[in-house]
Amino acid sequence: MKNRIFLVVFSLVLVCNLWSCHTDPLLQPVPKNTDISFVQPANWPTPNYNFQNNTLTSDGFALGRRLFYDTRLSIDNTISCASCHEQTTAFAQIDHPTSHGVRNQLGNRNSPALFNLAWHTSFFWDGGVNHIENQPIAPIMNPVEMDETLPNVIAKLNADPTYRQQFKNAFGTEEINTQRLQKAIVQFMGAIVSNQSKYDQVKNGKASFTADEQAGYVLFQQKCNTCHAEPLFTDFSFRNNGMLITLDSGRAHITGLASDRFKFKVPSLRNLNFTKPYMHNGSIASIGAVLDHYTSGIVQSPTLDPSLQNQITLSATDKSKLIAFLNTLNDYEFVKDVRFKQP
Amino acid sequence: MKNNVILFSLLCLVLFSCIKKDDPIDAGLSSNAKVTFSNFVGNQPLVLQSNWYLNANGDSFKVNVYKYYITNVKLTKSDASVYTEKDSYHLINEADASSQSFVMADVPEGTYTSISFLIGVDSARNTSGAQTGALDPINGMFWTWNSGYIMAKFEGVSPQSTSTDKTVVYHLGGFSGATSVLRSVTLSFPTSLNIKKGTTPNIHIDGDVAEWFSFPNVIDFAQKPLLMTPGKDLVNIADNYQDMFKVNHID
Ligand code: HEC
Ligand code: HEC
Repeated sequence: MKNRIFLVVFSLVLVCNLWSCHTDPLLQPVPKNTDISFVQPANWPTPNYNFQNNTLTSDGFALGRRLFYDTRLSIDNTISCASCHEQTTAFAQIDHPTSHGVRNQLGNRNSPALFNLAWHTSFFWDGGVNHIENQPIAPIMNPVEMDETLPNVIAKLNADPTYRQQFKNAFGTEEINTQRLQKAIVQFMGAIVSNQSKYDQVKNGKASFTADEQAGYVLFQQKCNTCHAEPLFTDFSFRNNGMLITLDSGRAHITGLASDRFKFKVPSLRNLNFTKPYMHNGSIASIGAVLDHYTSGIVQSPTLDPSLQNQITLSATDKSKLIAFLNTLNDYEFVKDVRFKQP
Repeated sequence: MKNNVILFSLLCLVLFSCIKKDDPIDAGLSSNAKVTFSNFVGNQPLVLQSNWYLNANGDSFKVNVYKYYITNVKLTKSDASVYTEKDSYHLINEADASSQSFVMADVPEGTYTSISFLIGVDSARNTSGAQTGALDPINGMFWTWNSGYIMAKFEGVSPQSTSTDKTVVYHLGGFSGATSVLRSVTLSFPTSLNIKKGTTPNIHIDGDVAEWFSFPNVIDFAQKPLLMTPGKDLVNIADNYQDMFKVNHID
């Protein structure tokens, strides 16, 4: 509360100062691509990350965005975060089933879409990263992704006076360190919220489902909602949904527990239209094929989720209705939001 | 414009006056305590990258990298009252002499009988996002694929090692439940520590690398040359090294 009052006063002071310098006090402010705020959408749960120790500002957001799009974060200056997380595909990577990093190396997992990250309770398909601020340094140091060292990244950024100025704008001094790098990137990616799909409009009373979409919604609630829980369309738990067993042990890689073998973090079903291929290893190419997996492709194993032991029953018309509903979860606004574009 | 200048100067004034107040090196007036760590293997001083040593299993080894976190340092008085160092995170790095001692500021005057600390970084700092200073991941003591600090790091070579390059690499991490390698240590002082304004007594603590491999779990470099994921093997080493420190003397 105190902080908020301080912020308000501070903003007022700032605004007044700006005005006093302007020649024309009636000049209308031009909307900028750094107008950013973080608002919890109505009827959504409280976010897990609320920028409490990392106050979201236009300067911090703009710096984080520049870093996200900067190839200098990789060893040979060829790969940026955006190389694997493109805005037009809801910040997923679609031209490769698994990620594509420096020196043409393939990773072993599919680059996930990035949105509503502030609600995530862990990061990566196996949940190995326990805090959103710890996430950005993982791809930087991963040998098959950006393969860069933190001292090198910081030296490269320090060599650029415009970066030093931006760090000063965002954090008060020109110092560039790991913590500031982490926090700035989080100001960008943590502020990406996708809540403008048709589904959201319906929930807000601004649109209505077609008969098929409505029927699909009912099917969704019966068959999928236990894991892909509304309104984020994931409960962030780790489950084995019966994919073919591979060398990737999923959650067990982190916990070391046999009971966690082949469990992966339940992904959101928002924006599926943009994010194919699907699953942790990008092994399924279309939504139709995903539904076929649930009705006839479930692989039995000791950790298979109990709710999927007997597959899911869906008729052909059920499937098309379910797909009609899933299509209402695509948010065509955030994939072209200018604030999230390459600066 | 004029207003701005005044505002700015006021801000500066406020800021500077704050900094002054917090300055620990306020000569003559503050009462401090210094802690110095010296590492040995048995009774021989640890020398990186040159000397050969023997472990309890009879394997010979050389040490290339040796680092550990000392955190949450406390001093206890004879009347049981406790001084707790603020923001108490120290990375002791054998390769960097300046990292091997630190000064704790504003310790209340009096007679202290013991020191306690954690080997490793408490679980709170493992789960609260981006950190800086001793906890900056740039120090190479942070696992990015499985968030958490490497509490202690031993890297060396041994002819008995079965890894390629004959390396022996132990990265001790894990901060929760059965895989936690966090160990708390309390050491009594051989002579009491007297804190007085204007002086900085130095608590000399010796650490013994050989303890990592000896008791209660004898470590065999041939069997386990590389340990870098949380689990029982690392917990065994932590159980060994929790007794590796003793206070040599205070001066
Ligand atoms: C070479 C491709 C590649 C690059 C470059 C890359 N990522 Fe990723 N990203 C991935 C992959 C693959 C995963 C999933 C990894 C896993 O689960 O093990 C991922 C996961 C993530 C996640 C977790 C999402 C979730 O749902 O858990 C976030 C957040 C993220 N990346 C942000 C970034 C940022 C920020 C950068 C730049 C500093 C970046 N990525 C660079 C491929 C990449
Ligand atoms: C028992 C929990 C569970 C149930 C029930 C479930 N899913 Fe999943 N779903 C998962 C998990 C876990 C994954 C990720 C698996 C992986 O990557 O290997 C997943 C992945 C998906 C994906 C891929 C998304 C992406 O971005 O890669 C889609 C699409 C999907 N599920 C749709 C559905 C639909 C539709 C239903 C209902 C018919 C359903 N799921 C029921 C757990 C479940």
